[in-house]
Amino acid sequence: MEHIAARPAPAKPPAPILRILFGDAVSALITVGVIGLIVMMLPVLDWAVFDAVWQGDAEACRAGGACWAYIHDKARLILFGIYPPDQQWRPVVVIVLILAMVVASLSPRFWNAGLALLWGGAIAVMLVLMKGGVFGMVDVPTAKWGGLPVTLLLAVLSLGMGFPLAVLLALGRQSNLPVVKGISVCVIELVRGLPLIGLLFVAAILLPLLLPSDWTIDKLGRTVAALTIFAAAYLAEVLRGGLQGLGKGQAEAAQGLGISYWKMVWHIILPQAIQKVIPPLTNTAIVMVKNTSLVMIVGVFDMLGAGRAAAGDPAWPAPFTETYLFVAAVYFAICFGISVYARWLERGVKRKSYA
Amino acid sequence: MRLLRDARVRGGLIQIALLAAVACVILWIANNTAQNLSERGIRTGWDFLDRPARFPISESVLPYDPQDSFLWAYVVGLGNTLWISALAIFGATVLGLGVGLAGRSSNPLLGGLGAGYVTVMRNLPLIVQLLFWYALATAAFPAPRAAWEPIPGVFLTQRGIFLPALPAAQLALAVALGLVAAMLLRRWRAVGGVAVFAATLILTGATVEVPELRGFTFRGGIGLSPEFAALMLGIILYTAAFVGEIIRGGIDAVAKGQWEAGRALGLTDRTTLRRIILPQALRVIIPPMTSQYLSTVKNTTLALAVGYPELGLVVNTVINQTGQAIESLLILLGVFLTISLSVSLLMNWYNARMAIVVR
Repeated sequence: MEHIAARPAPAKPPAPILRILFGDAVSALITVGVIGLIVMMLPVLDWAVFDAVWQGDAEACRAGGACWAYIHDKARLILFGIYPPDQQWRPVVVIVLILAMVVASLSPRFWNAGLALLWGGAIAVMLVLMKGGVFGMVDVPTAKWGGLPVTLLLAVLSLGMGFPLAVLLALGRQSNLPVVKGISVCVIELVRGLPLIGLLFVAAILLPLLLPSDWTIDKLGRTVAALTIFAAAYLAEVLRGGLQGLGKGQAEAAQGLGISYWKMVWHIILPQAIQKVIPPLTNTAIVMVKNTSLVMIVGVFDMLGAGRAAAGDPAWPAPFTETYLFVAAVYFAICFGISVYARWLERGVKRKSYA
Repeated sequence: MRLLRDARVRGGLIQIALLAAVACVILWIANNTAQNLSERGIRTGWDFLDRPARFPISESVLPYDPQDSFLWAYVVGLGNTLWISALAIFGATVLGLGVGLAGRSSNPLLGGLGAGYVTVMRNLPLIVQLLFWYALATAAFPAPRAAWEPIPGVFLTQRGIFLPALPAAQLALAVALGLVAAMLLRRWRAVGGVAVFAATLILTGATVEVPELRGFTFRGGIGLSPEFAALMLGIILYTAAFVGEIIRGGIDAVAKGQWEAGRALGLTDRTTLRRIILPQALRVIIPPMTSQYLSTVKNTTLALAVGYPELGLVVNTVINQTGQAIESLLILLGVFLTISLSVSLLMNWYNARMAIVVR
């Protein structure tokens, strides 16, 4: 008997676009409905583009239509908050540094201990740049930090410091030692059971009462602490998925070879576990970028807080809608960027594992 | 030294050290707290709960008066939290079902609309969306005198949104009878239920109450405050994107062969969907859906940003009024932990029951 390879199914000719859109009564109805919806939205376009005021002052904006002139006028305030205007080259450098570091870390080929050290160094440089007080830079207290650099720093710091913590928590949850396991489970479930606002309140209001009175950690630092523990708990659950998917064989093989626990974790377990959970990890990164906006509620001036404060200027006709649209556009650019990157990364990982 | 190399001895020592460290940290915190409280002269204890709250709550499901106690203020806040959570979950599930099905549509326009909606919603922080809708509802809407009336009887104003309403008692009776009819019928359940519902309303002579402009605001019908309207709209639109993705994933997870097998057995598409596809899709959908519902409940705390008086806002107000931050935050955290942990327990039980038994 001779095997005959199955012939591939004949390719279907693509249906003409009109048949797809109006093939039967239901799809015709849907098409008309969607087009109707789009037509109904056209006045929004009028407001946002055709009737909008692109240049000019507050007086020009009273005409109706979107007041983009205001965004133009207040962009500095929204992006940098009340950071001293003559010093604003510093937050600009910080933003450029963060972007450069992100670009440098894009390819998984560069992921190693050296890159982690570089990130640590870069963050230290950023914090010094923002704070000043050395190398002839004017000291700027954290209460005056604001806008996009604060949003980016909160996201980078909480994810960067949360990740090692998450590794410990995830490993602890898998541990055979009941006390280690118990503490890990308690921390993870406690944090995940609470709304982030609750944690931020604890950090902003309660933490000064719990620590010795001569410790003065400023509000920004306390907020970072709350975001870090929050990120750690969620990252730990993601990592747990990767650890569980790994199978016991890897750890047993390492033990059989006499490799010590931490070496095994660093060289064998973590690289494989992390590779398995790249999509949910990037998802958590997006969630954390979005979550940084909640710090506004405890009075930290991130981009949203700065925008809200800027829009309160009585000289302009309350352009809150425009401000939030502008802030939303920046968040969208960041988060959508991360999700596009995640898809690219996932394709690369898949290619590698099937090769 | 040999003892230390024994894994069990080492494990035991590590655990004892860890326990001791945790105990030390807790003692240290307790000590700091006691010292700070006495230094700053902050009152502690739960006796403030009985005192009258003396602050207003702008709207609530449960009756509230500023003369009521702090305890009752918390209960009222919790009531509002649960009320908006339930509404948000219901609304997001209905809309999310539409979004999920739209995303799977063979019509490229509808499919693109669904995908675009999900992308935009998921990449914007909820709090930005809430503030945006609130800004629209307060700044962009006209004063009551010049109210917009997009649909007859519906009025959009700066002071809120006013909708026509049916009298509550007759509506409740009609809903109850309609549900009973739907349960009793074997076929045409939906149609029968709606028919009984409509018949009850007509027979009892219920009339639609349309809001009317009186003085500075509208009276009659249902009035939604701008805070409530912005919160509901924002949270439902946001959550629906996530729900839609979960439902789409669940339906995609059921292999296409299941549909074909159902047809080959001579089952109708409806029966295949109800008896074969849905039970399998639900097994995939329910766990992520529960955690989505839970995070929706937690997300209601963002109502603080727009000023809707749910538990978080009440706690915030009480802290500002009494300075009893520890007690108030303990209440806030305790309530949310109770909700989260009990839902988690319920979920574990459900998963154990629903798990496919591999023999």
